[in-house]
Amino acid sequence: MSIHRPDDGRSAGSEARIEAKAEEQRLEAAVETDDGRMAPPAVPPSAQSGQLYPEEAGTQPLLHRIMASETMVAVLAVLLSLIVGGLLVALTNEQVAAASSYFFARPGDLLGAAWTAASEAYAALFQGAVFNFEGQTFARMIYPLTQTLTVATPLICAGLGVTLAFRAGLFNIGAQGQIIIGAMLAAWVGFTWQLPVGLHLLLVILAGLAGGALWGSLVGLLKARTGAHEVIVTIMLNYIAIYLVGFLLTTPGFQRPGSSNPISPQLGGTALYPPLFGDTFRLHWGFVVAVLATVFAWWLLNRSTIGFELRAVGANPMAARTAGIGVTKSYVVVMVIAGALAGLAGVAQVAGTERVLTAGVAASFGFDAITVALLGRSTPWGTFIAALLFGAFRAGGVTMQTNTGTSIDIVLVVQSLIVLFIAAPPLVRALFHLPEPGAVSPAKTGKSKSPAATGGAA
Amino acid sequence: MSTMTATVPDQAGSMGTVRNWKTPIILSVLAVFALVVFALGAPANSVTFRLSDPSDAVVLTDLVLSAPVTGWICAVLMLAAAVLSILEVRAGRRVPGWLVAVFSVLFVVGFLTWVVGSARTPNVALYGLLAGSVTLAVPLIFGSLSGVLCERSGVVNIAIEGQLLFGAFAAAVAGSLSGSALVGLLAAAVAGVLVSLVLAVFSIKYIVNQVIVGVVLNVLVSGLTGFLFSTVLSADADTWNSPPRLPVLPIPFLSEIPVIGPILFRQTIVGYLMYVAVAVIYVGLFYTKWGLRTRAVGEHPKAADTLGVQVNRMRFTNVLLAGVVAGIGGSFFTLVSVSGFGRDMTAGQGYIALAALIFGRWNPIGAFFAALLFGFATNLQYVLSFLGTPVPNEFLAMLPYLVTIFAVAGLVGKSRAPAASGIPYIKG
Amino acid sequence: MKLELKGITKKFGTLVANDHIDLMVEPGKVHTLLGENGAGKSTLMNVLYGLYQPTEGQILVDGKPVSFGGPGDAMAAGIGMVHQHFMLVPVFTVAENIALGNEATKAGGLLNLDETRAKIRRISDEYGFDVDPDALVEDLPVGVQQRAEIIKALVRDAEVLILDEPTAVLTPKETDELLAIMRQLKADGKAIVFISHKLREVKAVSDIITVIRRGKVVGDADPDAPAAELASLMVGRSVSLALEKAPAQPGEVTFRIKDLTVTAANGQRAVDGVSLQIARGEILAVAGVQGNGQTELTEAILGLQDHVAGSITLDGEELVGRKVKDIINSGVGFVPEDRSVEGLVGAFSVAENLVLNRYDQAPFAKGLAMNPARVAENAAQRIAEFDVRTQSAAAAAGTLSGGNQQKVVMARELSRPLKLFIASQPTRGVDVGSIEFLHRRIVAERDHGTPVMIVSTELDEVLDLADRIAVLYRGRLMGIVPGNTSRDTLGLMMAGMSAEDAETTQTDAAQPDAAGTDSAGGDK
Repeated sequence: MSIHRPDDGRSAGSEARIEAKAEEQRLEAAVETDDGRMAPPAVPPSAQSGQLYPEEAGTQPLLHRIMASETMVAVLAVLLSLIVGGLLVALTNEQVAAASSYFFARPGDLLGAAWTAASEAYAALFQGAVFNFEGQTFARMIYPLTQTLTVATPLICAGLGVTLAFRAGLFNIGAQGQIIIGAMLAAWVGFTWQLPVGLHLLLVILAGLAGGALWGSLVGLLKARTGAHEVIVTIMLNYIAIYLVGFLLTTPGFQRPGSSNPISPQLGGTALYPPLFGDTFRLHWGFVVAVLATVFAWWLLNRSTIGFELRAVGANPMAARTAGIGVTKSYVVVMVIAGALAGLAGVAQVAGTERVLTAGVAASFGFDAITVALLGRSTPWGTFIAALLFGAFRAGGVTMQTNTGTSIDIVLVVQSLIVLFIAAPPLVRALFHLPEPGAVSPAKTGKSKSPAATGGAA
Repeated sequence: MSTMTATVPDQAGSMGTVRNWKTPIILSVLAVFALVVFALGAPANSVTFRLSDPSDAVVLTDLVLSAPVTGWICAVLMLAAAVLSILEVRAGRRVPGWLVAVFSVLFVVGFLTWVVGSARTPNVALYGLLAGSVTLAVPLIFGSLSGVLCERSGVVNIAIEGQLLFGAFAAAVAGSLSGSALVGLLAAAVAGVLVSLVLAVFSIKYIVNQVIVGVVLNVLVSGLTGFLFSTVLSADADTWNSPPRLPVLPIPFLSEIPVIGPILFRQTIVGYLMYVAVAVIYVGLFYTKWGLRTRAVGEHPKAADTLGVQVNRMRFTNVLLAGVVAGIGGSFFTLVSVSGFGRDMTAGQGYIALAALIFGRWNPIGAFFAALLFGFATNLQYVLSFLGTPVPNEFLAMLPYLVTIFAVAGLVGKSRAPAASGIPYIKG
Repeated sequence: MKLELKGITKKFGTLVANDHIDLMVEPGKVHTLLGENGAGKSTLMNVLYGLYQPTEGQILVDGKPVSFGGPGDAMAAGIGMVHQHFMLVPVFTVAENIALGNEATKAGGLLNLDETRAKIRRISDEYGFDVDPDALVEDLPVGVQQRAEIIKALVRDAEVLILDEPTAVLTPKETDELLAIMRQLKADGKAIVFISHKLREVKAVSDIITVIRRGKVVGDADPDAPAAELASLMVGRSVSLALEKAPAQPGEVTFRIKDLTVTAANGQRAVDGVSLQIARGEILAVAGVQGNGQTELTEAILGLQDHVAGSITLDGEELVGRKVKDIINSGVGFVPEDRSVEGLVGAFSVAENLVLNRYDQAPFAKGLAMNPARVAENAAQRIAEFDVRTQSAAAAAGTLSGGNQQKVVMARELSRPLKLFIASQPTRGVDVGSIEFLHRRIVAERDHGTPVMIVSTELDEVLDLADRIAVLYRGRLMGIVPGNTSRDTLGLMMAGMSAEDAETTQTDAAQPDAAGTDSAGGDK
């Protein structure tokens, strides 16, 4: 409405006006988001920008801030998952079962047996993952740690692939297939060609990158050209990759001469990652490549124009398009890079640990990569740390299974629980009666409805 | 100063043309493929399709087709269909659904004739092929129905795999302990609901990304069942892992009808329940109050909310219901297919069920036929490996996945997911 | 049924959206809630409709206190609401939409849509609605969808009907029809709560007006009170929206659109044979009711539309067929109509949003590497220059208020040399203070010698800013008229009358009354 300066004496003083305006703006912002006009993000908000939560510093006591922090939630989520896993181990333990038969006579026995079962399993896990107390030499003592790093290597690479795609708004379930195709090409270069030291490994790595990139680009292209949903396409491509490599391993080009099993010849010595600390340890230079890949991914995401485009597309494709960023092009670009990183995981397998190509070359790294990326909150270094954690679980799990007879499957349970709990901070906070972030008084959470019931059911 | 370019607008609102060449391109490529492979590459011999077992009450004569003739007929008709689709699009119309359907049938017939004809023994029992397909499709159908229930109400269900696996596990354990397959069936349903409960609590109550929850749940169930399998089930398989099989209950008379008799009327309880579930969910979704509300909640939850429909409660119950359906589907693995649980025995069937759901356009009947197609492809692979075919097994095994990619890439037209699927509803 | 609100307060965290609001709604009356965008009208109505729970206060129906746990309770109490954004499921038929939540069933829980259809026909006949129960909602024009919404409330025997900004999407003709429907409902004894900020409609239909400002009731007003008085009540201080701008000094014509046709994905011609041109130093405003091709027109210029025929030239260079990025880089500044969806990445920092379409150019990037220091520097400058109220440049843009978000978008687009500036709904949902500021920046850009195109559905904004006005109706240009064209002529053009016809109709009618109310906007 156009109005000619109605002068009815209602105009406030200028100070009051600014104050009122600020209030109005806040109000408007609140009402706007509340109307649901802002679509919920596809990825956790913390994954999109480092500074989403304004600092609450100064307004709350330090302890309260620590208790309410995301790190605290992450630590507790891990703890909680370990407890659940421990209970499961205890429940299925034979000694515990025996003790439970006379529970009412000597309840202490049951609890003792349960504690022993769980703690022994976890001690073995730690011993196999980090530090071996019983080792005779220093090398034997730290051997488990190097094992963890070895297992973590493909997880880091593939996890980075999932992370990058995630940041561009794509759910890349296809790391498995990308690892397989990457490993396939890398292995082929490795066992077919005879090349000098250095060059051969370089070409093996490039072939792995190319294989993964190719498989990833299919997803990107299909998404970009036809709008096919990437979750479905990646799942399907995983299966196709498995059958494809299974088929190739029956053909003369890939099958080991004289073998009737689907297994390739050993890769040439020049095609392998050299060991990082001598032949005593399995840890190879692939780990260094993984660290470099993490640095690269960090730089790409946070310091490069490509990363800017990817993040914009992931956070708001409409705005990205309006700003002249090619959304479909970004889908292809990110899937090529994500695939290449997964392909690097394949290289770590064939040129690092396995040294041959089989249909099971990717193990379950492609799927673990998803949980790793989720746990790492879709940041490169977060993914790196999460991969180390999961690498430790996996390496330690082997020792645990041999030493205590506890099935390594428990690791899967613990890992998936960690991701679930971390994804639902309110649940963890409720279980541990932690304050909400930004809540003024810790007493407020006490009022939230019975957490135990939901937690128990879950 | 002002330029006048006033015109009198017609009230109808004029139509322009937007052409979508995706379908004609795909059809043309497939038709040319058919021409090269099915027609030009046809084996010279004839192909025998046996329609009934010699021991059946009614015996039909075998169907004998000449491979080259059938191949040429199919290829030419497919080319014609492709041309027709190009003409339709040129004229600014959409490719009609029946054309794609006819094309698909021709492709299947052409392929089947070519592949069987090229086998060492060009003779196949069609009735067995079909009945086997249905059997293989049973868990897929239950799985995709579970997906329909979830997605129609706005929750993406990637956890079908986990529901099936947990259902299979529970059926094996409960069946073994109780000695009753029916108890096993019940336990399977409960197990499916448990998985659903986690999915619902995390995705609806805690608003965790639904795809994340689904993926993680699959890992959780795989780990949990794997752990229990290796610690408990393997240690004492007689007690824990030897469930009784569900008996086949042929319906007298009807089960003797050639070809369709065994498919429809020679099933276990799970098989019959499957047909019931498809029908009930279809009718329920499109013709009842519950269905109207479910679809509204999946399309426009806020609108439903303003009319007093409790969006999240509706979603919660539907997700739990989906657990019942998928759990029963899981029991098929341990109570019908084999007697006993094996680690990760669902082997990704849950993901194929997801594909069937999308291929079937979020419709129970569509999902049913899509799952049948996948079952058919899988069974064909088994049958052909007996017949000795020129196509490597692995490629036949890839078929369902390739078909799915074609499907999501637009062969079945613009498949439209429920608008609010995957988006949590946050009130107020 | 008499409805009373007593001391309703609604807080979101520490923000007070409604502050002790009292309201009395009586049958057979149209009770208008007048207030600016963001004043708290919609929040109040959502409380009344059970969508929000009040923090404090009471709702009384016929003197008895009630509490609404959800919309179901409110409907049961006889309250119906037509939402600003229609609450209709697009893929459902009208009948399905109306049955939803209130389903008639046959034996076995099967839906009985026949009963619903009958009800729709009955109400449709009674009020002359002409709504087909079996039409898919997504195929219906907006006006008909709105009638379906009204039927939805009437089917549920609503005695109190809340209409939330119902005219925002209607043509003047459809608006008149709606006002007639409202009078008819009133005559039937229904109580109507009419929410609006458009004074003319408010004055035309209201019995009582309650003015709300910043969450509080400022007072009641008489519908016969002068518009200026209502407006000052609404905004709370003397405002001068009539912008002081010097007359345009058009230079050479550098931007030309010729025979532009844009076909939407559904095959409809969204823009149909539009030709226009803009000179340097001139503002052309595109007026029209929402959804008449304005969005597609601006998007076609920026290269965001797929099916475009015709020609768009800037400085003699053809823009059609070029990439969005090329067009932006060739000097086209664009403020999209929905800033939170198209203008900003809410999760990105303010600093990142300020370089959203220049992140890959010097000095912000060299090759692939970005220069965060330069991005931050730029942010500090723009924030100061445009007075963006934000905690820091690193704060997520999504946390800013609407006005400040718009300032971020404007700052980004106006901080580089432009050959053409396009702003769609530049001040929608923006507080009054920011409107003045943004308008001044737009005029400054014109005076700088840039051709400017403004798209607005608010006639006031059009009249304030425009040197010339182009009116779109169903994708076609109804004509281009001078910036001081009367509001009534524009209204007729917006309803599909050509410029000449509209002029003649206006002169023939020569209503002194309308001229008296409306002369305010144009001629200052």
